[in-house]
Amino acid sequence: MIEFKDVKKEFSGKPVLRGMNLSVSKGETISLVGTSGAGKSVTLKHMVRLLEATSGEILIDGENILEQQGADLDRVRKKFGYLFQGAALLQWMSVYENVALPLRENTKLSDDEIDGKVKSVLEKVDMLDAGSKLPADISGGMQKRAGLARAVVTEPEILLYDEPTSGLDPVTSRTIDQLIHDLQQDLGVTSVVVTHDMISALTISDRIAMLYMGTVSEVSSPKDFLHSKNEVVRNFLDSQCISPNFFEDFPERILT
Amino acid sequence: MINQNSYECPECGSMFARWGHSGLAFCQLVGQAILLNLRAVGQVPMMFRKQSRGEVAYQLFFTGIRSLPVLSVVAFFIGMIFAIQTGIELQKFGQEVNVGGAVTVVMLREMGPFMTGLIIAASVGASIGAQLGTMTVSEEISALQIMSIDPIRFLVMPRLVALMVMMPLLTIYSNMLSIAGGAVIAITQLGVEMQAYLDNVVLYAQNKDLYTGLLKATVFGFIINMVACHQGLTTKGGAVGVGKATRSTVVISFLVILVTGFILTKIFYG
Repeated sequence: MIEFKDVKKEFSGKPVLRGMNLSVSKGETISLVGTSGAGKSVTLKHMVRLLEATSGEILIDGENILEQQGADLDRVRKKFGYLFQGAALLQWMSVYENVALPLRENTKLSDDEIDGKVKSVLEKVDMLDAGSKLPADISGGMQKRAGLARAVVTEPEILLYDEPTSGLDPVTSRTIDQLIHDLQQDLGVTSVVVTHDMISALTISDRIAMLYMGTVSEVSSPKDFLHSKNEVVRNFLDSQCISPNFFEDFPERILT
Repeated sequence: MINQNSYECPECGSMFARWGHSGLAFCQLVGQAILLNLRAVGQVPMMFRKQSRGEVAYQLFFTGIRSLPVLSVVAFFIGMIFAIQTGIELQKFGQEVNVGGAVTVVMLREMGPFMTGLIIAASVGASIGAQLGTMTVSEEISALQIMSIDPIRFLVMPRLVALMVMMPLLTIYSNMLSIAGGAVIAITQLGVEMQAYLDNVVLYAQNKDLYTGLLKATVFGFIINMVACHQGLTTKGGAVGVGKATRSTVVISFLVILVTGFILTKIFYG
């Protein structure tokens, strides 16, 4: 469904992606983890062509997004929902208006139909009561939930999450994890999650990809990832005090 | 939307080569800004779409009505200042009755559109640059792109329409207030009768002066939008970048308005 083939990206001559190869299957949830500057967010932005690759191919359902222009690019982008790190809600619109925006702009749904869809997703993220509030008047966690509602309201095939739990307290982070897990169960979408938060990655992912120096250092299931012998992976897990027995030690962390 | 890959100067030691590369980078920026606004012009027919009408109406209100207080004060006082300065000199020749004509001609031809352009660049233009700059660094523009919402149609076109419609109207308004300000000085300080002042205004006001002034105002509206939207949508570097974009919007708009005003004056009166 999503395939990176030897993708390279340089910023002012400095390489950030050094021949990235990654494949994401339909319906799976993959987390991209790694230290700052490893190229996680850059990888995510390349999937929707917010950044232009220096070389390589990025295939979305077999179509190279780097070759798409205009309406074709829009058609590919409509397959995606994207939760930005800072939610990226339009500040002059209420939460309700933000969520309704992609439907108003890109569909011919009636106002009643839009109202029904918006209220349905706001209910899913437990934001129905905050629909009339402006983004500046709600907390960071609520903004992320509103951003998530906007990302899923068009029923995309692929959801991209850029650091969904960054800047949130641990309790709210786990609430967001549960929400992501529930949405995936309900909608059956393909998900790519960029995160530093190993608890989040371990609990919501089918596979975890460790990015290091602009390439994929390891891709494996959460259980295999915990027992990896890869030095980069081990350092990353140790830095967050994640033991190989994480799931045995904390069975309550497993999302259902 | 906008090519974010700015022109990169190759490594070279020669001073002339560096100047040349700087010139190329400048040309690229100018080209980007013009292209951005021309694409917004191409989107103008979309202003009547249900999704765009509200934003266009708000921008018309924001650019027009919200600018009235500051514009009123500045225009009235400019009229009074100009009437005092010209009146003093005209009095030496017993020609103070012509102060109305002097104020009218200067305002219609030059000062009306120029002054309105500077005020709108400093208020509305700075606001556009700051808002779009903030939206760029907080990834709101990227969010629009991913939702397949064209930022040029959604953000740039309504502001372009508002500025190009409101600039001529605000210029007419500021001309009228300046002439009124001049009247206050002429009547209270120079001893000119109200009717004589008005007769003089009508005598000297030419259609050509009015049309060229309004043409300038429309062009200045285009320039302000072009500079502000380009600066905003190419902002980099967080809050510092937004500050730079806002400052650049005002400074570049002022300079381009000044030079364009001169060129248009030269074309019509040179």
